[in-house]
Amino acid sequence: MDEEPLVKLEHVSKKFCRSLKRSLWYGVKDVARELAARNGMTQLQLRPSEFLAVDDVSFELKRGECLGLIGPNGAGKSTLLKMLNGLIRPDIGRITMRGRVGALIELGTGFSPILTGRENIYVNGAVLGFSKKEIDARFDEIVDFAGLGEFIDAPVQTYSSGMHVRLGFAIAAQLNPDILLVDEILAVGDMAFRMKCMNRIWSLMKSGLGVILVSHNMYHLQAFSTRAILMEKGSIQAEGKPVLVVGKYESRVAASAIRLSEPEMAGPVIFKEIRLSLADQDVQAGKELPVLETYEPFGITVRYELRAQVSQGIQLGLIIKNSEGNRVSGFTTGRDGERLPGEPGSYTICFDFDSNLLLNGDYYCGLSSFNMDYTQTLGFWEPAVKFSVRTPGYNGLGHVGNVFLPHRVSLSSTSA
Amino acid sequence: MNQQHSPAHLTVVYTPGSQLRDPGRLFRHMFRDLAASRELAWRLFVRNVSARYRQTMFGYAWAILPPIFATLVFVFLRDTGFFNVKETKVPYPIFALAGMVLWQTFADALNSPMRMVAGSISMLTKINFPREALILAGIGEVLFSFLIRLVLLVVVILWFGTPVPWTIVMVPVGVLLLVALGIAAGVLLTPLAVLYHDIEQALPVLTSLLMFLAPVVYPPPEVSRGSLMMTLNPVSPVLDTTRAWLLTGSPEHLTGFIAVSVMTLALLFVGWTLYRLALPLLIERMSA
Repeated sequence: MDEEPLVKLEHVSKKFCRSLKRSLWYGVKDVARELAARNGMTQLQLRPSEFLAVDDVSFELKRGECLGLIGPNGAGKSTLLKMLNGLIRPDIGRITMRGRVGALIELGTGFSPILTGRENIYVNGAVLGFSKKEIDARFDEIVDFAGLGEFIDAPVQTYSSGMHVRLGFAIAAQLNPDILLVDEILAVGDMAFRMKCMNRIWSLMKSGLGVILVSHNMYHLQAFSTRAILMEKGSIQAEGKPVLVVGKYESRVAASAIRLSEPEMAGPVIFKEIRLSLADQDVQAGKELPVLETYEPFGITVRYELRAQVSQGIQLGLIIKNSEGNRVSGFTTGRDGERLPGEPGSYTICFDFDSNLLLNGDYYCGLSSFNMDYTQTLGFWEPAVKFSVRTPGYNGLGHVGNVFLPHRVSLSSTSA
Repeated sequence: MNQQHSPAHLTVVYTPGSQLRDPGRLFRHMFRDLAASRELAWRLFVRNVSARYRQTMFGYAWAILPPIFATLVFVFLRDTGFFNVKETKVPYPIFALAGMVLWQTFADALNSPMRMVAGSISMLTKINFPREALILAGIGEVLFSFLIRLVLLVVVILWFGTPVPWTIVMVPVGVLLLVALGIAAGVLLTPLAVLYHDIEQALPVLTSLLMFLAPVVYPPPEVSRGSLMMTLNPVSPVLDTTRAWLLTGSPEHLTGFIAVSVMTLALLFVGWTLYRLALPLLIERMSA
């Protein structure tokens, strides 16, 4: 029995309709077909404006496993969860759920804003299938877990969004399901509460709970999941170790997600051009994505025009950010007091890097210019150029993060 | 949604295909879910009732103010002669108020399923709970409002000092049938109303039209052309009989009442089945 999967999807597809008017009319037709017992009798055919939101998806979930679902918005993850939760049914295929299903999807659904937290605990508990007795027995634990204190007798509309979610989770956490569906709930709430939620789910997983987790937070996803699935346009694109699937997703998204912008034209410094120079090639901004290799030398050449006299001289800033927009490294030419000329004219400046210490992933560069005491921004261009970094031997396990710190390893045997 | 529950393993299988192909299982599940939804229905009822009046100054008075004012309007129209109504067996204000209260109860019941579903869309698209709870909670609210109005009615009857017939014990039966009729019609309309908001727009117009086609503020006409209305509008015999039980003790349309009872029970079951079958298909369309 234990070897049987908790969740089993066999070639599941679900169609959706893009046009509202048509969708409503199809709804009427579908109800009519259902009444005539005709639904599911014929082969699935897409009617005009329809598309497959979930397209031939099959997977299994075993006890103690956590399956992470990732993918861009509209990939079909939430639709999939709705089918697993029994809210809507597949158009093709078969879903088998073995055990009690709990869903942590938009917590606190059913809360009435003008009722107190106390009253809402009973309402939400009943929605989730608890009797009054069961809630009475767990009431203190719920209030304690939510950490609401005296707010428990205040109307829920006075709660912060974090408190709202905390109360929702505290109630839902009392469920004792075999299968838990989690949709992007850990994005809210503060750090301490998130840890509490994670610990709670972890301890449930140890006792045999199976989890299906949808999250856009790659850190949570990797921390939780034992396996991950990448979905795109309704179908499974990759499946396997979370770190590998996440890496694949990030590299797919990153390159397309970064939109290069035009340089700022208002200030005295106008950036004209940025070039990346690799060992053997010279790539102009905006053209195909340059690929830098880790440990190899590279250079960045910037052409700019100074249109007005800046008496104290100017400085340029260069920043490198990763695909999520986090700063990886940045510096200005004037950080040690060095001045670039303040006389109007056209200039070209080169930054030469001996060794590229960035790790596998996608990055972009931003340019800025300031006066010497940073009180004025003279020019700005970000993202000015994007590039990919390829690390030899990268598998997402041997290296993690954005930067490699060169080091030596020495080992000596220590006898106790 | 074909669901195969085996109690030992709690296994559910979802496949495409109409649930009507195994009606036995469908009906078993309907009654199982009805039983399972009582606790939730009670909670939703308490939530809705306490939430509805909490942010008001007049509170529960809002349940009785509309029928009072409507009755006053008709009493005024009749007294001034603009509105010609033949003599009623009990003082006209009691007659009209009882009619208004009963009609309002029917109208509430008719609106209730649509209102409950529309107000629970976020729950319906996110949580799997027995859907029967929404309808039950709605019935609870309708009966609750009726009870408040009943207090008003009793006060007015005592004020006028009209004798109370023994048939008053039958009134609950009449009210329940009135509510059941409204709920049945409402549930039948719900699937379409979820998809097309035309229903929501049209219903108030239709309800007020129907009110004048039912003997609410005037006694049922005796001429044959007028009595056609009694047979065509199923609310009429129920309303008139219930009011007679309450006020005079001599109902005149018992046959109609019994016919409507049978029809209502059948409609209620058909509506419930439709609601069950249609909801998953509707949730697909309403999920935001």
